[in-house]
Amino acid sequence: MPSIKKPAVLHPHLRPNAIGLTVRDYEGSMSTLCAGCGHDSITAAIVRAFYELSTPPHMIAKLSGIGCSSKTPTYFVGGAHGFNSAHGRMPSIASGANAANKELTYIGVSGDGDSLSIGLGQLAHAIRRNLNMLYVIENNGVYGLTKGQFSASADVGSKSKRGDANQYSPIDPVMLGLSLGATFIARSFSGDKAQLVPLLKAGIAHRGFALIDVISPCVTFNDHEGSTKSYLYTRKHLMQVVQSDFVPVAQEITAEYDEGTTTSVTLHDGSVVRFTKVAADYDPRDARKVTAYLQEHQGQGEVPTGLLYLDEDRPDMHAINNTPEAALTGVPYGKLCPGSAALSRLQEEYR
Amino acid sequence: MHQERIVRVNDFALKLANVNGTGSASANGLLMQAIFRMGIPVSGKNLFPSNIQGLPTWYEVRVNKTGHTARALEYDLIVAMNAETYARDVREVRPGGYLLYDSSWPLDASLARADITFLGVPLAEMCNSIFKSARERILMKNIAYLGALVALLDVDMEILDHMLEEKYARKKPLLESNHRALRAGYDYAKNELDCPLPFHLEKMHATDDRILIDGNTATALGCLYAGATVAAWYPITPATSVMDAFKGFCEEFRKDPETGTNNYCILQAEDELAAIGMVIGAGWNGARAFTSTAGPGISLMSELIGLAYYAEIPAVVVDVQRTGPSTGMPTRTQQADILSCAYASHGDTKHILLFPSSPEECFYFAVEAFELAERFQTPVLILSDLDIGMNDWVIPRLKWDDAYRPNRGRVLTAAELEAMPKFFRYSPENADHVAARTLPGVHAKGAFFTRGSGHNKLGGYTEIPDEYQEVVDRLARKHRAAAPAVPAPVIRNQADATFGIISLGGCDAAVREAVDALGERGIIADYMRVRGFPFDERVESFLAAHDRIFVVEQNRDAQLRTLLTMETRVSKEKLRSVLAYGGFPLSSRHVVDGITSQLPQGEG
Repeated sequence: MPSIKKPAVLHPHLRPNAIGLTVRDYEGSMSTLCAGCGHDSITAAIVRAFYELSTPPHMIAKLSGIGCSSKTPTYFVGGAHGFNSAHGRMPSIASGANAANKELTYIGVSGDGDSLSIGLGQLAHAIRRNLNMLYVIENNGVYGLTKGQFSASADVGSKSKRGDANQYSPIDPVMLGLSLGATFIARSFSGDKAQLVPLLKAGIAHRGFALIDVISPCVTFNDHEGSTKSYLYTRKHLMQVVQSDFVPVAQEITAEYDEGTTTSVTLHDGSVVRFTKVAADYDPRDARKVTAYLQEHQGQGEVPTGLLYLDEDRPDMHAINNTPEAALTGVPYGKLCPGSAALSRLQEEYR
Repeated sequence: MHQERIVRVNDFALKLANVNGTGSASANGLLMQAIFRMGIPVSGKNLFPSNIQGLPTWYEVRVNKTGHTARALEYDLIVAMNAETYARDVREVRPGGYLLYDSSWPLDASLARADITFLGVPLAEMCNSIFKSARERILMKNIAYLGALVALLDVDMEILDHMLEEKYARKKPLLESNHRALRAGYDYAKNELDCPLPFHLEKMHATDDRILIDGNTATALGCLYAGATVAAWYPITPATSVMDAFKGFCEEFRKDPETGTNNYCILQAEDELAAIGMVIGAGWNGARAFTSTAGPGISLMSELIGLAYYAEIPAVVVDVQRTGPSTGMPTRTQQADILSCAYASHGDTKHILLFPSSPEECFYFAVEAFELAERFQTPVLILSDLDIGMNDWVIPRLKWDDAYRPNRGRVLTAAELEAMPKFFRYSPENADHVAARTLPGVHAKGAFFTRGSGHNKLGGYTEIPDEYQEVVDRLARKHRAAAPAVPAPVIRNQADATFGIISLGGCDAAVREAVDALGERGIIADYMRVRGFPFDERVESFLAAHDRIFVVEQNRDAQLRTLLTMETRVSKEKLRSVLAYGGFPLSSRHVVDGITSQLPQGEG
């Protein structure tokens, strides 16, 4: 019991959202990750994003694999349905769950080991299916739970805490997503909440596979000199390519913007993403230009961030499979079973 | 030179030796179907290679008026269409039998046998004179030998004509070619050969209320009728046709007439790891979902089958078994996944298994699998095999009760959740040791965290020994509780039986025939076919009632016997094995010889 009586006034952050819930209602249980872990900042941004979108918690399905990042769904939206599955297998479980019930909002949280090593195949094919979900990779270049081995996203020459240098070429989830036809690709930094929250919201609203690679330094095993996923390195090399702002469907668009520098894209649910180009000639809808731009800048050691690529036209898994408007789980059995008369007729073909 | 001119009606076996990829499957299928339509019990076994074109393939047809459908090893007639296997095929004809060959070329003298009759039909010559294209000349040779068989075996030509018209209703030129080839073969045999052979066909009415169907199609039909909406798979022989059939049925019956949308979602996954993941995800969300696979797929799926077991998520896995280990022989049959399925995955896991013995049971067990998976909130594996799955079987017409409604097991509704103070996933348990589950999105109070990591009875994460054990102990009780719920064993006891026989799945037809054959020799046996795992008290009683029991199965390591010794009270010494695992379907001769060779001299 607190020793002082709480004031009756609401803290400004506890203002209720459109469905009457405060940001507290989108929190989960206490994090058991190391103090200062980048993942906790991402968790806070996810809490913020769902709160601002006023998503009913129980309509959220939060899934993960195994690893430090995959522990985090416990720490956000306690009222959501969670599924902490097996190492690298979350994309398939999310695919089946989504196939059964498209009415939920799907968020998958994964790490660089979970997504780029053991689960690379599953991630690649979830991208190909254009599964409608937000897929967050909390990328720290290291295996934390098993104490500091390099992951597949570690840069060549990046040093481990013990001082060994990684010599295997890294897998870059952004370039991977581009080559596989991901329809929403973003990169951000766990320490940049102002950029991350709108990206998460846009990723949730996007109908299709929204991949967000979030550089998230590991304070225990990968935040030293020589690491290219440390706070210091990331802050030094971060460059914002596009500044994006997300306007949910419910919010009236009043702001005027300069046509010359800002582009807006309407998502399928009617919400709008506004891009302000920080880099000249950057068009997030032209895959070839995006690829060229990223190769050029990443080659110079820079870490371009923002909503890097967006394609709102490709059909998602459900559109490809021509499923009904509502969840398959809601289709009454009477519509699923052809009945005895049909069985009799059908069996004439097996005579 | 007819050594025995004993006329046998509707009781013989023939084998057709072909080269795969030359169109023989169509002719052989027509023959089998024509015999079926004549009302005569018949079975066909396709012994095919893992190859697309050019390797030897055989098709065996057994006609048996009493309804024995197991593979026969005595061939009255062999149609030798593959020069590469001539020598072997000639050897396999029973003494006094016949061999039909293409006499366009002289038969190699070294292949001659004095105790069989050679029937030469110039198939290539005939087809070369009728048809112009090389392709047609090859394909139609099959139909031409079919024509000769029609004459030799007294197949009803009217029925065959009718079948061709059905088959090629929309392909008139093909119909015409088939008719010409069929007639050419028929006329030649009628004019030049002694027709009919001493063994031949006569119309019966034994198949009037029956259908001719393969097990994979029947399984798919069961999944359709059970209301499965999500299916995920990775192509693999011999299970691929399960999903092909399911897709076909869905296209026919699951397109919403009002909206034109599909009331199903079939996902071809990147591998079996993902296929089972999809099934589990869909099951978690409340859909009836399944996957079809074979042994190699079971190996890959084992990881997540353990997740579904521990997190208690319904899932249905159809395993159409083929020969292992490793890639093994993909187009040959075996029952060698019994143990890997019973205990699939690391840690303490035990699963519910169903053992269908025919396409008929494939249909009913598929429905039952979904019922059990949802009632016990756990994976259920259907262990079919290549022989059942890919061969056409004559089975009674399938029946459906329109009053059937899926029993989704203990799933809380929004109203029930609303009335609850608080929901906990893994307690309280019912008599089946099953706790109620919730489906995502139904009600705010139903939200919980599903995990494959250690959890307590409230669903919370735990590393505390007692809390962990409490949950896994309940899972063991739950598995035991499923014993009386799986399909009951089929037991055939006889007065004066001196021993028992236990078998399962695709062995059944051969074992039943063997029990009859042994009986004719004065060797009386009781027979129990187990149809599911865990084993219940009826299995225990049968084991207890016999001092000597032969366990007949199709694998090297006696896996059913092992499972019985581990999971029942039987003493190991009582159980002897009869094993056949070369990859071809079991014959009653394997069973009879396997048992009599182990009986003390003088017995029987």
